[in-house]
Amino acid sequence: MKREKKVQLLQGNQACSIAAIDAGVRFYAGYPITPSTEIAEFMAEELPKVGGKFIQMEDEIAGMSAVLGAALTGTKVITATSGPGFSLKQEAIGFAAIAEIPCVIVDVQRMGPSTGGPTSVAQGDVMQARWGTHGDHPVFAFSPASVLESYELTIQAFNFSEKYRVPVVILLDEIVGHMRESVTLPDPDELTIVDRKRPTVSPADYAPYQPEQDGIPTMADFGTGYHWHVTGLVHGENGAATGNPEVIDRQLTRIFDKMEKYKDEVNLYKTQAADDAEYLLVSFGCTARSAAEAVAELRQMGIKAGLLQLQTIWPFPEKTISEYTTGKKCVIVPELNMGQVRGEIQKYIDKGIPLYGINKINGEPITPQEIINKVKEVAK
Amino acid sequence: MNKEKKIEVNTKGCKACGICYALCPQGVLDKDHMGKVVVKNPDACTQCRICEDHCPDYCIKIGG
Amino acid sequence: MLKDIEKLMRVKRLPHIWCPGCGNGIVMKAMLEAINDKGLDPDKTVVVSGIGCSSRATGYMNFDTLHTMHGRALAFATGVKLAKPELNVFVVTGDGDGSAIGGNHFIHAARRNIDLNVIMFNNNIYGMTGGQYSPLTPQGRFATTAPYGNLERPFDICKLAQGSGATYVGRSTVFHTKLLTDVIKAAIDNKGFSFVEAVSICPISYGRRNKLGAAPQMMKWLKENTVNVKAAEKLGAEKTAGKIIIGELYHEAGTLEYTELYDRLITRVEEGGR
Ligand SMILES: Cc1ncc(C[n+]2csc(CCOP(=O)(O)OP(=O)(O)O)c2C)c(N)n1
Ligand code: SF4
Ligand code: SF4
Ligand code: SF4
Repeated sequence: MKREKKVQLLQGNQACSIAAIDAGVRFYAGYPITPSTEIAEFMAEELPKVGGKFIQMEDEIAGMSAVLGAALTGTKVITATSGPGFSLKQEAIGFAAIAEIPCVIVDVQRMGPSTGGPTSVAQGDVMQARWGTHGDHPVFAFSPASVLESYELTIQAFNFSEKYRVPVVILLDEIVGHMRESVTLPDPDELTIVDRKRPTVSPADYAPYQPEQDGIPTMADFGTGYHWHVTGLVHGENGAATGNPEVIDRQLTRIFDKMEKYKDEVNLYKTQAADDAEYLLVSFGCTARSAAEAVAELRQMGIKAGLLQLQTIWPFPEKTISEYTTGKKCVIVPELNMGQVRGEIQKYIDKGIPLYGINKINGEPITPQEIINKVKEVAK
Repeated sequence: MNKEKKIEVNTKGCKACGICYALCPQGVLDKDHMGKVVVKNPDACTQCRICEDHCPDYCIKIGG
Repeated sequence: MLKDIEKLMRVKRLPHIWCPGCGNGIVMKAMLEAINDKGLDPDKTVVVSGIGCSSRATGYMNFDTLHTMHGRALAFATGVKLAKPELNVFVVTGDGDGSAIGGNHFIHAARRNIDLNVIMFNNNIYGMTGGQYSPLTPQGRFATTAPYGNLERPFDICKLAQGSGATYVGRSTVFHTKLLTDVIKAAIDNKGFSFVEAVSICPISYGRRNKLGAAPQMMKWLKENTVNVKAAEKLGAEKTAGKIIIGELYHEAGTLEYTELYDRLITRVEEGGR
């Protein structure tokens, strides 16, 4: 698919949708919810143009289930939602994790809990993205802070999901999802696109959950003669449900360990004046934008502030955290929740370094001024 | 033709549910002391396959 | 015949987990007979199930099989079928799976008239979890969660399917196995949402508590309490009250199927139209 490189004015939700199609998505199923609906609308319009399918299901559980069914036929799939719908999708996200079905779920975060504030921004789903479904499982999550990042991280999300057979969440937020920026998207022909490994053995020799050297099994498309069994029950290498503790341990540990094993490969972040900073801000999504502005202003005032912007939220980038926080006078984490990322940082930061949060849950963004004030206060 | 051969029962797989010998219209099948199927009267079998179709455990095969 | 359909089973995974006398094995056999008789390509056949005793059937069938979540089989199956319409997609569901937790997906899949062959194993109870009442448990029957008798009125699930837009509806029982295979074959022939209620028996979690006897007695009950739809038409409502009506209950020919409509839409869009 060739596309002329030119500047376009795009919304974050749109950039995410375009990226999905560029990454090869040909199936969308979901249920509309603010502030994610533009993604469904875009897919309804664009997918048929590339021979893909869009279906509006009866609820989010159905949307998540339908994308998993489609993914098993060898199709790349996406669904999008927001808080209440993200809650409903959780059981099926667990199914994707245990059955190792590649899929991407966009959660355009809004204020919660419950109906909360449909058009109000929040970043309160960090922990739900990680632990929303029951049991120990892997899930990756990425949070874009700009329209271009929304495009880039969506491409990456698909590549990682296909490569590691893990459900991947894109944690957009109401601000980045709805914001418009001028961007120049890459020519899709120049992108690196990853597809899941398909089996090369004959159907008779196929063990659907026998990992290859990289820990990931190959995946046959439904309808190609492999006759394999997919189940949310714990299963052995042959795909059959099992009660054998040894096999269960081996399979569940392998699946869970995707978080640990591939965390460096999927670790994406950006920094701004972070190396020589005395006061390090760690932020993500829309709040990282305010933090970036704050850093620029603080530097002009002669205060050595810096920013570590996390793009990969899960697996949590613990090494990057300890690397960048070491030696800082203090670390400040602005986020639109009560400290979900700060709590993670707490685990990996040198205990001698003071760690502060700037937290807001009233549906308003954190302003650069609020961050500047906090840095000045702790710098005193 | 060996008439014994045309009713093949898998006693090991039989769960002794009683369906086949209750439904056999010809009294061909019976139960052993465990309630498992036994072929009592093979000559009477008409090969109607009622037993084969109703065995929930696929333990009876009729015909060659 | 069993020997003809063994190739469609994962024989190595037998014996199955079902209790002695459970009707699930009988329904599964009827399904495989129908698939075999219709000559469907096993490589192009997918069976999707939910959660419950009945839904474990996918583990024993030799196709691409998908054992999903409680109630969600139809939603998964919708994804499979829409993404790859060339596949023959079957759905195995229990009465609880398909009419309680999955009830919403049931009416919507039927409404879309998407080409799925849905077989509901109706044992009138939640078997897997030990005998709680389902939306298909008759009023007055006992269940672990209806220790004084069930107060709720059951669905007529075939009427619900028809009312929701299914273009084929049939019902048979595990006693009437030949008819069961026949209605499943007719369901396969129908290009659209086809629904078959297979009235089954659960001697363990339902029969015992309701003093219906063991499996052979439950079979006899099915024999004595069913009326073929053609006979029922002649007998009239009064004489068939309380009986299970079996046979082909509804067939609507000529209604366009959903994935076909979608393919037409794609052609239209590709030609630049709206
Ligand atoms: C979300 C969810 N809720 C509840 C359950 C527990 N559960 C498993 S099977 C089942 C009922 C099954 O009954 P039915 O669908 O009639 O199938 P049967 O076992 O009778 O064949 C229930 C309630 C579950 N697995 N998942
Ligand atoms: S085939 Fe018919 S007659 Fe022969 S044993 Fe079976 S049920 Fe009886
Ligand atoms: S029907 Fe099958 S399982 Fe039941 S008694 Fe007969 S052979 Fe055994
Ligand atoms: S509990 Fe009932 S439905 Fe489940 S396997 Fe036993 S007899 Fe069959």
